[in-house]
Amino acid sequence: MDTSILHNLALGFGVAVTPIHLFYALIGCLLGTLIGVLPGIGSVATIAMLLPITFNLSPVAALIMLAGIYYGAQYGGSTTSILVNIPGEATSVVTCLDGYQMARQGRAGPALAIAAIGSFFAGCVATLVIAFAAPPLAEVALKFGPSEYFSLMVFGLIAATALAHGSLVKAIAMVVLGLLLGLIGTDVNSGVLRFTFDIPELSDGIGIVVVAMGMFGMTEIIVNLDLKGEREVFTKKVTHLFPSKQDLKDSWAAILRGTALGSMLGILPGGGALLSSFGSYTLEKKLSRHPERFGKGAIQGVAGPESANNAGAQTSFIPMLTLGIPSNAVMALMIGALMIQGIAPGPQVMNEKPELFWGLIASMWVGNAMLVVLNLPLIGMWVKLLTVPYRFLFPSILVFMTIGTFSLSNNPFDVLIMGLFGVLGYIFVKLECEPAPMILGFILGPLMEENLRRAMLLSRGDPSVFFTKPISAAFMIASIILLVIVALPAIRKKREEVFAEEV
Amino acid sequence: MRIKSPKDFWAGLMFLAVGIFVAAWAAMHYQMGTAVRMGPAYFPAVLGGLQAVLGLAILAGSFALEGPKVERFYFRPLVMITLACVLYGYAMKPLGLVGATAVLVYVSAAGGHEFNWKEVTILYIAMILMSVLVFVKALALPFPLWPDALS
Repeated sequence: MDTSILHNLALGFGVAVTPIHLFYALIGCLLGTLIGVLPGIGSVATIAMLLPITFNLSPVAALIMLAGIYYGAQYGGSTTSILVNIPGEATSVVTCLDGYQMARQGRAGPALAIAAIGSFFAGCVATLVIAFAAPPLAEVALKFGPSEYFSLMVFGLIAATALAHGSLVKAIAMVVLGLLLGLIGTDVNSGVLRFTFDIPELSDGIGIVVVAMGMFGMTEIIVNLDLKGEREVFTKKVTHLFPSKQDLKDSWAAILRGTALGSMLGILPGGGALLSSFGSYTLEKKLSRHPERFGKGAIQGVAGPESANNAGAQTSFIPMLTLGIPSNAVMALMIGALMIQGIAPGPQVMNEKPELFWGLIASMWVGNAMLVVLNLPLIGMWVKLLTVPYRFLFPSILVFMTIGTFSLSNNPFDVLIMGLFGVLGYIFVKLECEPAPMILGFILGPLMEENLRRAMLLSRGDPSVFFTKPISAAFMIASIILLVIVALPAIRKKREEVFAEEV
Repeated sequence: MRIKSPKDFWAGLMFLAVGIFVAAWAAMHYQMGTAVRMGPAYFPAVLGGLQAVLGLAILAGSFALEGPKVERFYFRPLVMITLACVLYGYAMKPLGLVGATAVLVYVSAAGGHEFNWKEVTILYIAMILMSVLVFVKALALPFPLWPDALS
């Protein structure tokens, strides 16, 4: 078992360190950081925006580049949190609390460096976690029949909504809306066109890239233009990059704890990375002998959450790679990318395309190493980027998004749909309906229908099959328990508190 | 009855309407089939029903629990940004990259808080250069560069 992991990792590194793949990892990391640094454009929009660029690449190169974009965006987000006090990413919200205070005290350098070191360490550990946890999980998943798959998807969607913030009922309604939108197009079983309203472009359904670009990219820009905010940027030269011995002494334990917490929570569906950064901050504050220093520039408050969100971001690949189930909106886009490349995501990927599977895992480590090596020296450039006023940034981002969308099929219809989802996304923001659960439902809609059909065919129309097969029953019961727990008033209150700082 | 939570009221209404529409449309236009052999209408009809129930629950809740007001809609950025993107898509073939980018940059910039012709023109030129270098040269996407009428 252990030797096979070593053998597989060797195979993966063989793929990942070929010059061409190193090049794409590098481009991905750079582009991801570049856009991640920009405030008000999150990792989902970043990936959606850059996804069309990867269409012409081989599947391995495309996935390596996308993964690079993902952690690049995460990484860039923490830079923005520390220097501007605006989270570049939802996952770096807590980093603002102490990171920005450190910057105000002239310690931006150590804050950025410790975030980088913590992220790198967490990335290394989480890569190993994936290498060890993924194969056995995929083995189990290979034995799943349609009823198990259906229940697993139900569980995944319920968990994703339960762990997200905001109203649970609304989140579930958004999932259902996503499932429904996913059904637009040709029904694979009967060939009937559903909900296409005689528009030929809709016969293949709506692309996930178009939806994500509209609901995350466009909406974010429109919402940002609502507010006429001033931002205070620390454009002064960031000096003394290296943390002192005392800083390292203060933060190593926080990095270790953050990594462990993030690796565990990341596997769960829902805001894995988000939840782990919040959790880690709370944990560090509880364990600290000086909790009063938190919020005033405590380095542990940067080191812990930054390690945790990176570990969580990394391990959230596990359900995507082994089960074909996205745990967050980014993973939904990754699945979309795989499908565009002609690969059906699921447990078979590991056996059928080992070079893709292990190459991606190895490239995660390579990407993390690149980020540390590249970004600390480039920090001056990112700071400059932050001083560019938003009135220049948003038209540029729009150019990127619309070109990307247009190039999907050289058809203005895609841009129209993107615009439609931009407006819808704005309405959802105003009504406090989270778009992330919708994206998960959207990608899983056709899969759920297919598995439900097959399961019911096999059971001759008896719906109790979902509760009589043991694995399926376990998922269903877990979903119900989760729903009940979240609905309990005491837990609901606690859940609101955990996410309160975000608003 | 008084609406206590306007956000939930509108959200609930929206989900209810979508649910009813989807379920009714599916049932009217596609084959329902049976649980054993599901027709194309089965899954959407069930989901639409579920959506309607959830919408109703949210709607009912909006009369029971206090909640925040719906924040103001700012129509200027909403309309200008959306318009800019959609126009860009439809302008690409007749006006080429140069014309379409102009539409996108100027219209979207007009959706922002400040609009300065000189600044936006500099931005426009930069965007054209970037688009040509990245998308036409490096990624070799088949976009027409100039308006139809010129070439």
